[in-house]
Amino acid sequence: MEVRLRVDPVACDGFGHCAELAPELISLDEWGYPIILGESIPKQFRGVAEMAVNQCPRKALFLERVATPTTTPTTR
Amino acid sequence: MTDLAPPLSSQRLLAGTDHGQRLNYEQHRATHGDLLLPARKQVHQWRTTMLDQIATAGLTGRGGGGFPTARKLQSGVNGRRRPLMVINVMEGEPAAKKDSVLACFAPHLILDGAEVLATLTHAVSIAVAVARDNPAALHSLELALSERKAARHTPFDVALVAPPGRYVAGEESALAHWLDGARAVPTFRATKPSKLTIKSRPGVIDNAETSADLALIARRGPEWFRSGGLGDACGTTLATLSGNVEEPGVFEVPLGTPLRNVIALARPQGPILGALLGGYGGTFVGPAALDAPYSQSGLRPYGSSPGAGVIVAFDGSSCGVAETARIARWTANESAGQCGPCVFGLPALASELELLANGERVSGIQERILSHLEVINGRGACAHPDGVVRLVRSAFAVFANDFQAHAQGVRCPRAGAPSVLALPENSGEIEWK
Repeated sequence: MEVRLRVDPVACDGFGHCAELAPELISLDEWGYPIILGESIPKQFRGVAEMAVNQCPRKALFLERVATPTTTPTTR
Repeated sequence: MTDLAPPLSSQRLLAGTDHGQRLNYEQHRATHGDLLLPARKQVHQWRTTMLDQIATAGLTGRGGGGFPTARKLQSGVNGRRRPLMVINVMEGEPAAKKDSVLACFAPHLILDGAEVLATLTHAVSIAVAVARDNPAALHSLELALSERKAARHTPFDVALVAPPGRYVAGEESALAHWLDGARAVPTFRATKPSKLTIKSRPGVIDNAETSADLALIARRGPEWFRSGGLGDACGTTLATLSGNVEEPGVFEVPLGTPLRNVIALARPQGPILGALLGGYGGTFVGPAALDAPYSQSGLRPYGSSPGAGVIVAFDGSSCGVAETARIARWTANESAGQCGPCVFGLPALASELELLANGERVSGIQERILSHLEVINGRGACAHPDGVVRLVRSAFAVFANDFQAHAQGVRCPRAGAPSVLALPENSGEIEWK
């Protein structure tokens, strides 16, 4: 079972805590909103990911279990 | 949207509407025949048969997504709670008029289709949503409902509702949100396609033209419907033609008709070099696509699709960079203002395109635009920012020479040329309720 990070972009207010806590998994765009790096979270970063999720002041970050390791994001 | 020219070609959906004739209930039945809905005992069997027929007909959603209608309905039919059926006549695309034309001239076809859909999904009631800045469509549908009442034809409760007329307000999650008593803004859904909820019931939303098609399929069967299209394309469709043409308007055409022949219906002012297809979140296509069949499969090789039926034909008299910048600014202003990448990304993108269009030499501007496209894509709750990205990317491909010349500071020979685009005032002060 693979796990990946997702952002609820409506809830996100660009506090940026997530990128500080998990720079291996999240970067910020020039306006301070998170960009999730990569598809699934490598095992060694699962703990960091959970911490980032728990620390989000807007509860905008969440973990999602994906059955297949490489699902392509939908474009429409 | 208030002064609609009458539709010009009439075949199936627009049968009987020549010369701007609005079909009242009696005329509608004389033109199309009666719609027979199943008796209570036969409903179950009818649903199975009807779903099969819709699949065989090859009907795809006409609101922009182009998803197979039978597959979409399958999920609406199997729910545990009875759903609310919603007919989407919002038509937020400024260059689209086809749903308004249907509503103004053949409103009963939309309402018949709504009854077919409501029977299929076992809906408790029907809501028909028309943008509140579209009084002509609202009036015609209101009249149609009273005509049906007078004829004692009221198998379902039908409510005509008027959400705010904003670009993104017709997006299905925004519409569901508004019907649920909240603002008409898109909502974030972790999984797509996901179930919509309206007043604790499942919501099933279908486009007005899709609904009208179902009214015809229920009467005449799937083979008849398919025969309206050319090649592997099924049925006819409504296209709204504008741009460098003498007779802009809504035309009913067989899907699969070569794009060039579709555009010819509106009498181009000169040789056409390409078109904007789908809507303002659609795609520009160049000369090579003009011979492609106007259908999903025909346009796929050009990265395009009929979308919401918008066709803006252009003859090269206006500047491609300037037109792209105009759409980028307009769509940036239509953001619901919820997601960072859309709120900040789209205005940034629009400003860069405007700099380029105005011939200001800013080093690395093309690269900055491309990197912004990358950053914005796929990061909003709805597909609004993705649509802008798709549009700008297609512009880069189709107007490659224009973009190159602008980036090199070559004086644009078409600077200040009038735009071919219909760009209404942005809705400005936010009215979302």
